[in-house]
Amino acid sequence: MSDQDLSSAAKIETKGLKARFGKLEVLKGINLRFPENSVTAIMGPSGCGKTTFIRCLNRIHELTPGAKVEGEVILDGINIYSPNVDPVAIRRRIGMVFQKPNPFPTMSIYDNAVAGLKLNGIRNRKKLEELAERSLRMAFLWDEVKDDLKKPGTALSGGQQQRLCIARALAVEPEVILMDEPCSALDPVATAKVEESIVALKENFTIIIVTHNMQQAARISDFTAFMYLGQLIEFGKTSEVFENPKNELTEKYITGKFG
Amino acid sequence: MKKSNTSTSISLWRRFTNRLMTILIVLAIILAITPLIFILVEVLIQGGSVISLAFLTHLPEPPNVAGAGIAPALVGSFTMVGLAALFSIPIGVGAGIFFSEWSSSKLASLSGFMNDVLTGFPSMVIGLFVFIIIVLTTKEQSAFAGGVALSFIMIPIIARTTSESLKLVPTTLREASMALGIPRWKTIFRVVIGTGKTGLLTGIVLAVARATGETAPLLLTAATNTHYITSLFAQPTASLTVLIYNYGTSSFASWQAQAWGAALVLIVIMLALNLFVKFIMGRSLTEARME
Amino acid sequence: MQFRVLRGDTVLKIALAAAALFIIGLLIGLAVELYLGSTATMSRFGIGFLVGTKWNSNKDLFGAFPFIYGTLLTSAIAIIVGLPISIGVAVFISERLKSHQSLGYVLGAIVDLLAAVPSVIYGLWGLLILAPLLSRYVEMPLHDLLYFIPLFSSKPTGGINFLTAGIILAIMIIPTMSAVSRDVLKAVPNSQREAMYSLGGTDWEVTQKSVLPYARSGIFGAFILGLGRAVGETMAVVMVIGNIPAVTANLFSPGYTLSALIANEFGESSGLYRSAIVEIALILFLIALIINVFARLLLWRMTRGTAVNV
Repeated sequence: MSDQDLSSAAKIETKGLKARFGKLEVLKGINLRFPENSVTAIMGPSGCGKTTFIRCLNRIHELTPGAKVEGEVILDGINIYSPNVDPVAIRRRIGMVFQKPNPFPTMSIYDNAVAGLKLNGIRNRKKLEELAERSLRMAFLWDEVKDDLKKPGTALSGGQQQRLCIARALAVEPEVILMDEPCSALDPVATAKVEESIVALKENFTIIIVTHNMQQAARISDFTAFMYLGQLIEFGKTSEVFENPKNELTEKYITGKFG
Repeated sequence: MKKSNTSTSISLWRRFTNRLMTILIVLAIILAITPLIFILVEVLIQGGSVISLAFLTHLPEPPNVAGAGIAPALVGSFTMVGLAALFSIPIGVGAGIFFSEWSSSKLASLSGFMNDVLTGFPSMVIGLFVFIIIVLTTKEQSAFAGGVALSFIMIPIIARTTSESLKLVPTTLREASMALGIPRWKTIFRVVIGTGKTGLLTGIVLAVARATGETAPLLLTAATNTHYITSLFAQPTASLTVLIYNYGTSSFASWQAQAWGAALVLIVIMLALNLFVKFIMGRSLTEARME
Repeated sequence: MQFRVLRGDTVLKIALAAAALFIIGLLIGLAVELYLGSTATMSRFGIGFLVGTKWNSNKDLFGAFPFIYGTLLTSAIAIIVGLPISIGVAVFISERLKSHQSLGYVLGAIVDLLAAVPSVIYGLWGLLILAPLLSRYVEMPLHDLLYFIPLFSSKPTGGINFLTAGIILAIMIIPTMSAVSRDVLKAVPNSQREAMYSLGGTDWEVTQKSVLPYARSGIFGAFILGLGRAVGETMAVVMVIGNIPAVTANLFSPGYTLSALIANEFGESSGLYRSAIVEIALILFLIALIINVFARLLLWRMTRGTAVNV
């Protein structure tokens, strides 16, 4: 466990977070604090638990049969795992973008964007259209689709679909956005566009992004966490972790000695 | 960006709807399962009070006469299903092999399409058809006609399950066998059918079960009989299912009771066949019969 | 050596092709015989046969409409009652029992067992047990309370009517529809569910807005298959519907269907009467043909595993 040298307030933090699939313990006790309005990259070799980690942050992990979580995840001072917190309500406040773009195929681009809003009871046509436009703009997709909003969500290219998923997540105005290797299925041009939007988004959101791509982490993240075999090895400002890693394992990973 | 959602719970309405739908969904499964339980219990109770060795071995009697039995119907059912199997297995398996091994041919596509259309076709229409082509020409209702009618129900089922099972056999097996110089016909019999034989048998048992439970195709072709038949081609033949229909719709309580007894025998046979497939072949009868 | 091998291959191919041809012949023969058998009434009544409402063998007056109506009405009741239940069963087993797979398997097997019950036993149970029960506890009360609604306007006669027939049919088609629905729901990718969950959806909202829409063509297929079954079912219906032709919205009226008519009256028919019944069979054949062909074409586009090929 390493020190965290932060002066800004933590938007979301974990205390002793453990996770299991049946008998297999995948996270062995993670303590991490994510500063508000920043981008934190979570890195590590395959199987280190980084995807499971973020899935615990919005309580998606527990949907898998046999999955268990222990410990605390604290959002703005409230432990989201406490018994009087409804996971459904929390998931609205913590959005997620998945590895493979997954727009709803039976819905149009517009309907995809407002899907979350309708869930939460917003029915006013004008308000929905406003919010749809705003989130599509924030995802840098508006100009490309504004004349084709009725087209099905799957009629877009891979990169556009992923930005649609980002817009969809943004529309419900979450406070934290989790991204699980959002660019791994995209080509470089689409990746660049998505990265552009992530950097713009951090002004208003706290973003946690799992990535395999070290250059990507270096490009867009303010902080980096390095995980290995279910444990947090190191956390700090991205520039420091990359140039001056404090832990031998981190250094080995960064220099490509193992992946 | 305004912080509009700092809540930790959702609206009452949403929570209520969620609960309500869960209750309705559970209700659905209860509604689906209860009839089965009721039917099985009823058949067991009412049929059980009539079953005896005598019941299974005696000839039928007029209502309210003691010592009546359903023996000719039992024998008749077995006979006609047996005839149907004799006729439908070669044709059904043959067609199924053709669908699978010559799947690119136009004949296979056309026949396969028509086969699927015939699966689950109204059995009354099939019965009427066989009446026209056999009973009207031979001027007799017979076990033969009944067997043919049942076979027309069985053939599409066997053809389809055979075709499906054989298609699951990996192409590499066929290629390996042919590469060894084994001729195609031998490859099909030894390798393909050899590997797919469980599926084939499942389909056949499935079709037999279906035929055993059919009534409509037999109404016009074999009708009923109060005695054992001496000829397969010239006498109407009794069957369990037609007996249940006739006795059940009669206004005599003693015959209705016997209908339950026959129903119990029939259910036991169906369950036995179903369980046979499930445990010994590892596939559910209705999974296999899904179209 | 090669010639002998080729002979073996060709002989097999010819034999198997003959089997395939037999099936084609069967369907065509069916159509031909039904057509030939109905020429008498076709030339006598023409298209009027389809809309004629009178059925009187003594006066040589025949019309198919009451039977077409009965078939459609009972099938409609079967679908309206059975499809929601089937979807509910499918949702329960494949969505709600995710952490209890073996219970789901057992429940599914029990529902499937409903399909193993022969239709004449459904008929027997329907006639002797369900009809009186339905009449006493459902239909009488409905009539007493809601007699002003045309659906419930006549006094139920011991449960031998359209409604009871429709309900028995519903029970009979539930196994088919729920098995297909279960398969279809299982094929919905998890990422779709997770996307809706992560937007803050409840279990039902995820099912309703993400899973069911994704599976909707499959569920439509289940509906078509159920319809095909309901339309062709004979024995259970003939035992509980009353076998009296009727064209009415009144669910408590006895009625008649195409298949029940054939089962009941063909035996004693002759001449024009017989031709009329064969034409009824032809109509049923065409209805079943259209539904089955439609189902088959639909299945081409469904993700339902191997059932489609050939």
